[in-house]
Amino acid sequence: MKAHVYVTLKRTVLDAQGQTVADALRRMQYRGVSDVRQGKYFVLTLDDGLDRAEAEAEVARIVREVLTNPVIEEASFRIEE
Amino acid sequence: MKFGVLVFPGSNCDHDTYHVINELTKQPVTFLWHASEDLQGCDAILVPGGFAYGDYLRTGAIAKFAPVMQSVIKFANNGGLVFGICNGFQILCESGLLPGALMRNAGLHYICKQVHLRTETTDSPFTHGIERGRVLQMPIGHMEGNYFCDADTLAKLKAEDRIAFRYATPAGEITPGANPNGSLENIAGVLSEGRNVLGMMPHPDRSSESILGSADGLLLFRSLVESLALAR
Repeated sequence: MKAHVYVTLKRTVLDAQGQTVADALRRMQYRGVSDVRQGKYFVLTLDDGLDRAEAEAEVARIVREVLTNPVIEEASFRIEE
Repeated sequence: MKFGVLVFPGSNCDHDTYHVINELTKQPVTFLWHASEDLQGCDAILVPGGFAYGDYLRTGAIAKFAPVMQSVIKFANNGGLVFGICNGFQILCESGLLPGALMRNAGLHYICKQVHLRTETTDSPFTHGIERGRVLQMPIGHMEGNYFCDADTLAKLKAEDRIAFRYATPAGEITPGANPNGSLENIAGVLSEGRNVLGMMPHPDRSSESILGSADGLLLFRSLVESLALAR
């Protein structure tokens, strides 16, 4: 089982890197991109011993306590069998 | 008064900080290794600059779980004096001892230059020896110094007079041009609710002797030594 975790800056926080990428895309005349948010991606390989509910709970805790700084970041994750 | 300078893998201002305490304030000082929980009876803890744990994950994010930090958090929560400089400020924010977070500089560049700071409060053990409004010159050297906190936290910091320093012009004006890294309201350093923890991005440790271009940083260390002496 693997957990895929995506971390980005909160919407209320200026993402200078994402904005720089968005500006570059606009300058290069790519069409249809209105915004870019840059973030981090983690893949956690989980022990087989955990059932789905336990895995969800443990990953949620890891995301909250370690992988994000809740002052500036938010995250989403999905668990893949 | 005994000072402890934390040493993490990747700390690189630990010796500068030790030097200032040992040679300039002439106080006893010891290094405190990250893997030990023992603060060795220190009266004040200095969290130096550098790149603790390589700044992996986020600046200060791994350092906050180090054994020594568990003791520092308890020490601070009991009123102990803790002073974080640069990476030390980032570690203290991650640890929850100070509010807010340090983000990537607005211009996305590493910045290494002399800046000016306006002293915003003298009501702290770190700044009581400095006149309010006095402009200090110190260097910065960081990639993640862009201070951010939410609106409620900012209002609280202001209401409680907990903004210690703001980036300013040499004349002491707070302007966008004097803000090197995009910090919210030019904030360069903040105090904890108990006023016993200070974090700041500029380096008083690298500006405590005039041969380095400024000795203004020594004012903070002197204040700290006096505060400890008065507390005895």
